Amino acid sequence: MQPLITHSGTIIPLNRANIDTDMLLPKQYLKSLESHGFGAFLFDDERYLDPGEIDTPLASRRENPDFILNQEPYRHGSVVLAQANFGCGSSREHAVWALRDFGVRVIIAPSFGDIFSNNCFNNGLLPLTLPQADIDQLFALTQADTGLQAQLDLVEKTLRVGSHDWAFELDEGRRQRLLSGLDEIGETLQYAGRIKDYEAGRRREEPWVFRA
Amino acid sequence: MGAKTLYDKLWDRHRVAEMPDGSTLLYIDRHLLHEVTSPQAFSNLRQAARQPWRRDTSLATPDHNVPTLSREQGIGGVADPIARQQIATLEDNSRDFEIPLFSLDDARQGIVHIVGPEQGFTLPGLTLVCGDSHTATHGAFAALAHGIGSSEVEHVLATQTLRSRKLKNFRIQVNGRLAPGITAKDLALYIIGHIGTAGGSGHALEFTGTAITALSMEGRMTLCNMSIEAGARVGLIAYDEVTERYVRGRPMAPVGEAWEQAVAYWRNTLHSDADADFDKHIEFDARDVQPQVTWGTSPEMVVAIDSRVPDDGQARDAIQRMDWQRARSYMGVEPGQPLAGLPVDRVFIGSCTNARIEDLRAAVAILRDRRVHSRVRQALVVPGSGLVRLQAEREGLDRIFKAAGFEWRAPGCSMCLGMNADRLNPGERCAATSNRNFEGRQGKGGRTHLMSPAMAAAAAVAGELVDFRSL
Repeated sequence: MQPLITHSGTIIPLNRANIDTDMLLPKQYLKSLESHGFGAFLFDDERYLDPGEIDTPLASRRENPDFILNQEPYRHGSVVLAQANFGCGSSREHAVWALRDFGVRVIIAPSFGDIFSNNCFNNGLLPLTLPQADIDQLFALTQADTGLQAQLDLVEKTLRVGSHDWAFELDEGRRQRLLSGLDEIGETLQYAGRIKDYEAGRRREEPWVFRA
Repeated sequence: MGAKTLYDKLWDRHRVAEMPDGSTLLYIDRHLLHEVTSPQAFSNLRQAARQPWRRDTSLATPDHNVPTLSREQGIGGVADPIARQQIATLEDNSRDFEIPLFSLDDARQGIVHIVGPEQGFTLPGLTLVCGDSHTATHGAFAALAHGIGSSEVEHVLATQTLRSRKLKNFRIQVNGRLAPGITAKDLALYIIGHIGTAGGSGHALEFTGTAITALSMEGRMTLCNMSIEAGARVGLIAYDEVTERYVRGRPMAPVGEAWEQAVAYWRNTLHSDADADFDKHIEFDARDVQPQVTWGTSPEMVVAIDSRVPDDGQARDAIQRMDWQRARSYMGVEPGQPLAGLPVDRVFIGSCTNARIEDLRAAVAILRDRRVHSRVRQALVVPGSGLVRLQAEREGLDRIFKAAGFEWRAPGCSMCLGMNADRLNPGERCAATSNRNFEGRQGKGGRTHLMSPAMAAAAAVAGELVDFRSL
């Protein structure tokens, strides 16, 4: 996983609440056995005028010129700004892979779907929760200036947009994880002894839980 | 020691260690796997040369991407080569990592959330996870169950644990009794309509009250299943004699002395203490719940069947007003339009929400001696598992479905998410017993109205949305 320490990028404003993971990546792309290669399918239903399947040649597809991801400079944006409950619905981590593969590193919203939020942290993306008033202000700024840049500093826990600065709070463990980009499983396996002790205790007290 | 909620107890019981990153290492007792969210986890395990921590805790079955026709030939009958490869990959991974599998031609195959409880794989007091958001279903058994992403699937396979952060407690108390014919599905939609699709975010829901204890185990599963549509990963119901009767005798449930021991523990433990503190509490009166139908593109956009599509004046704020405008335009409905009378093109009875035997019986009660309306292009019934299908056939339900003009299919997620061939075409309106009415969920441009099985059957007969009690 790629560490996230600082990041600068164009803000992609999506002024909608409840953007669900079906919207982020429609079901036909869940047939993939890979965890990469989803960037071209992010927001697929809105992004293309014709329907696509996982094996449809991209060159044959017609972009919807009215959709923001097909417009400059958002085509190269990497900071999504949205309204509440972003990433609700299906647990598909493929939705986060699609955001990541498109180039997104930061998503700013008043709130996020719980499973989606976990999936972001597990892939080096920051779901940044800001109060509604700050979100409103950010939308106002992006309206006045298309192509506005955001600068994130995860060391300082600050976000700079234009001449405005925000300080934000973030769970310290999760911040460290993003900064380091380390493999979580390897670290958990250092607790193998504790896990075995736990199992032995449970086996004594609740033997029916263990089928073998 | 202070009073605890059911969620607190389940959490405490499964704590292995406090981690330096501030999370808690939680032990996972059961893991359900399917073909869509597991292949990446298995291939990462292989890459890192890791083995599953345990094998008897997992159960795999293909469901999301399986065809509901031509199943006699097993995997060979899967026409879509990409789908076939995904199902074959699950079979290969199960074999290579020695994980129990109900393959496509096994009578026990079905939707993971129907199969787990049916087999007694799901038990009270356990932790259970699956790479699927509707894992909340199993909370009906007073088990701590929730959906996870593929990275977490890999973590559970490799370590039998999850790094978790504790949720807050939210009690939803439903007093009184639901009126005859009003179901757990109506109640779930009604609650979501009130607290909103993010109302439960960051919380574990516990459903309590007389209307909840009066629900059958299948009804409880339907209700907990929809917790995620209220934003909550976890939805719980306390253990009682209804739970006990359901679990007893299931193939994987404990027997003999182990059963007695288990029951003693479950009875003693699996409920919130009377004076436990909840961070949030809300009460509803079951008598207020009418048959519910969604009008928009989020489960919170829901009203009673005798109501109208809301107009902008009823919106909470400017953001909701914009969302409603977008939803109305997508759904092809107008503000103030009555829901009853909206013509439907397709009807789908199925999904992990409503594809159990009681759901099929409720639909059949409407369909007996009636026909699907000529306007309806397709009416599908997809039982939740091979065993539900067999049970329904033993009861003759399939004959009534077929006589009415329904297609009697093989088990899978089917048109709930439309990964297989069962999809809506652009602009088609569907009366569905599934759980999500998101844009494009059942097919690009498809328009989904969520409702109970009886309501969907009634829509099939009338060719339009209708109160099933008026047929």
